[in-house]
Amino acid sequence: MIKQPLWPRVKRILIQHLDPVLMAGLGVLMLVGLVVLYSATDGNWSRVLAQVANILAALTALWVVANIPLHYLMRTALPLYALGMLLLLGVMTPLGVNSHGATRWLNIGVATIQPSELMKIAVPLMMAWYFEKHEASLTLKNYFVATLLLLLPVALIAKQPDLGTAILISASGFYVLFLAGLSWRIMGGLFVAAAASAPFMWNMLHDYQKHRILMLLDPSQDALGKGYHTIQGMIAVGSGGILGKGYLNGTQTHLDFLPERTTDFIFAVYSEEFGLLGNIILLGIYLFIIGRGFIITANASTYFTRLMAGSITLTFFTYAFVNMGMVSGILPVVGVPLPLVSYGGTSMLTLLLGFGMLMSIHTHKTLVQT
Amino acid sequence: MSYNGALKTTGVVALPPWRSSLLFLVLLLGLCALVGRAVYLQGIHNDFLQQKGDARYGRTVDIVAHRGMITDRYGEPLAISTPVESVWASSQQDEAATPEQVRQLAQALGMDARDVKNRLFDDSRDFVYLKRQIPPEQAEKVVRLEVPGVSLHREYRRYYPGADMTAQLLGFTDVDDNGQEGIELALQELLSGKAGSERVIKDRRGHIVEDVASIRAPKPGSDLALSLDSKMQYLAFREIKLAVEQHHAKAGSIVVLDAKSGEVLALANWPSYNPNNRDKPATKMLRNRAVTDLFEPGSTIKPFTVATALEAGKFTPDSVINTENGVFTVGGRKIHDTHPYASLTVAQVIQHSSNVGAAKMGLSLSPETFGSSLSEAGFGTATGSAFPGEASGKLRDYHKWMPIEQANMSFGNGMSVNLLQLARAYTVFANGGELKPVSFLRQDAPGVGKRVFSETTAREVRDMLELVVQPGGTAPQAQIKGYRVAGKTGTAHKVEGGRYVDRYVASFVGMAPASNPRLIVAVMVDEPTGEYYGGLIAAPSFSNVMGSALRLLNVPNDAPLGNVMMPPAGDDAKEET
Repeated sequence: MIKQPLWPRVKRILIQHLDPVLMAGLGVLMLVGLVVLYSATDGNWSRVLAQVANILAALTALWVVANIPLHYLMRTALPLYALGMLLLLGVMTPLGVNSHGATRWLNIGVATIQPSELMKIAVPLMMAWYFEKHEASLTLKNYFVATLLLLLPVALIAKQPDLGTAILISASGFYVLFLAGLSWRIMGGLFVAAAASAPFMWNMLHDYQKHRILMLLDPSQDALGKGYHTIQGMIAVGSGGILGKGYLNGTQTHLDFLPERTTDFIFAVYSEEFGLLGNIILLGIYLFIIGRGFIITANASTYFTRLMAGSITLTFFTYAFVNMGMVSGILPVVGVPLPLVSYGGTSMLTLLLGFGMLMSIHTHKTLVQT
Repeated sequence: MSYNGALKTTGVVALPPWRSSLLFLVLLLGLCALVGRAVYLQGIHNDFLQQKGDARYGRTVDIVAHRGMITDRYGEPLAISTPVESVWASSQQDEAATPEQVRQLAQALGMDARDVKNRLFDDSRDFVYLKRQIPPEQAEKVVRLEVPGVSLHREYRRYYPGADMTAQLLGFTDVDDNGQEGIELALQELLSGKAGSERVIKDRRGHIVEDVASIRAPKPGSDLALSLDSKMQYLAFREIKLAVEQHHAKAGSIVVLDAKSGEVLALANWPSYNPNNRDKPATKMLRNRAVTDLFEPGSTIKPFTVATALEAGKFTPDSVINTENGVFTVGGRKIHDTHPYASLTVAQVIQHSSNVGAAKMGLSLSPETFGSSLSEAGFGTATGSAFPGEASGKLRDYHKWMPIEQANMSFGNGMSVNLLQLARAYTVFANGGELKPVSFLRQDAPGVGKRVFSETTAREVRDMLELVVQPGGTAPQAQIKGYRVAGKTGTAHKVEGGRYVDRYVASFVGMAPASNPRLIVAVMVDEPTGEYYGGLIAAPSFSNVMGSALRLLNVPNDAPLGNVMMPPAGDDAKEET
């Protein structure tokens, strides 16, 4: 074998499992995120640099996952899921850390972690793995078991309570079910069942969650209290107008009126400063990434990878839709960040792990490497 | 690197076309919802939202205008506005003050910690005053605590150097600097100026981030020079307080007028209150009695009866009147004199304050002549001082007078006046028969008078009024060393529930120097106990105020310094009405 020069070899190792198209889309989006973050933090470089560090760490994870062949990836499904469930149960023990009235974190000695974040990957992975395993002989029973695999962690997470994460994981699991060919009738049935159980579900919701939904109907009834987030979000978005107030000129942001402006409400900052035009561009970037995800899904070679790729892409869309919908006041306020734009390392990590899988699916065309 | 084997595609359940169609449909719907919402918020509804957004941070803050200073005629301050700070808080949400901060804040403000806490965390309000009008040093302390949401607002507080001396005359302002009583109320427009406003940007905690632009600078109120003379005001106040306390009277007032211009040089009441004290004074202390309270003038009207009669040509100062030994019956009702005489000259009627003599002179006139004359002297109508709450006094329509009413009116019964009105009426005797307008504001030129009596009549009556303070008159105690005094006593029964009761109003109105009067001083003491004659109760105060005031003005003497002649103790002061 002719020894190749070093750099091309390194370069090959570095990029051979990355998808340049997808990377470009993600890169642009994360860059936009950093630019907006600079404004949202009033020019706080240390926050921006911390986010750069988050991005670099998550990109490393992406690279590692993208380089894992799919059969290894599949093998992680069961252990990851089991570990995730264990940790979720652990949250309910005294090791769980309560903050702001919700017990979502687990103290593992060296740090506190949020097991539900792991489940964002583990649940669709587990379900896809399960369907792959029973691919040849799918019966109704399999769909039932898969649904159970989804509902167990969702119930635990909803109980923490963490409605946002529970909804996102439900969505990712539902996408797997949907793509796995869940019959139209069962879906219809599930839909009816969901609608019928809505009143019961309503009663199970925490008061603050009920409030958030009620506020959506009329935020002005408690403008200084519960409706504050919604109203401020709408005002900030609306204040942007067609062309926006210009970078660093958003008054709602810089005068401290906008809550959570570096995390869940960063879309409002962007909207106020870049206006309708900016929003359409931002939606375009999201569409580009989602579109690429669908192409990868369509080209996926196996049942498992198709389910996984579809679920990851659709979940990403759901993330973005729920966040923008919440900030612009068409959805209730749930704690969902704007994917790849909001400040925060954990969501960045889970999202890029997902995209790492997409790239692995795209670049490893077989499950067995020899 | 190479791959062994073909792509594993066996048994893959192909996604049915309708599923991908449905997916894309849902995706499209989601996208449409977001774009539609963005278009609605940013393209259609944006004006409203922008306005709401602006309202969040941009606020128009009033800049309080400096209220004009009130001074006396020489520029001595009587009411001045000093800057103070008011502490306010914007609603506390997530930026809550810590309990420790609340405690420190309460301490700095001298308030109850619980009260401060309640105000700070009052959800129902966006803006709440914690404490208004605190001194700048205290405000400094509050600022240093840096409690979130707590800010200062510049205001002005009114301070009255004259305190209780000028209380009812000046009135006072409320916490928003609006005049509530007295001159402060009457000249509110002039004094208040116009508040300015400035548009500022505030962050959520209410901190002013940046002054954008001062839209309108405040227009400070105009300074105002009153006609008052602070030193005379002090004299008047001191004397009326002394007289009321000495005689255990209910109340009293003194008015000092410039005899030539009609300007009010002093106007004092007792009881009084300190307007600098924030406690609400009792209502009875608020009244500027000299202007708002009416009383029956009694004998102080007699000079006008006499002047009208002289003017009508029916009498001369030396005409002798049959005073019927002190009892005279008109329409079945008896009129009494305290000192019965068989007959008196017109001058003696004034000197001894004879009711019978006055009644006879009054009855010699037609109701029209007498009534018009009293009206022209200003009785029955407000003085035009524009003082809030001024009472006009009552003078019945002469068309309806019965003879007994006309007789009573001759010695000041059956009508009512305020002290300022009475003092002003006497300007006719000081100014050769002309009535001068009164004013609380310093006048550059003397007011144009209105002729009521001829110069001769006025001088003749003034001569008679000089007899009043001579031995044998009703008010020798009104005499002043070195100056000739002309004046008239009044002692009137008070009317309660339409009947005369045994409570009195003692009064004295006089002018000096009688040769060329510079000042008119009117004294009224309400319900003195013990002695109650005007000559005993009001005349001494008159003498003290007038004497000091004349010396204050360096008015040349018109009598030798040994002019004061006190009669042997007697009952000459006695009169009724």
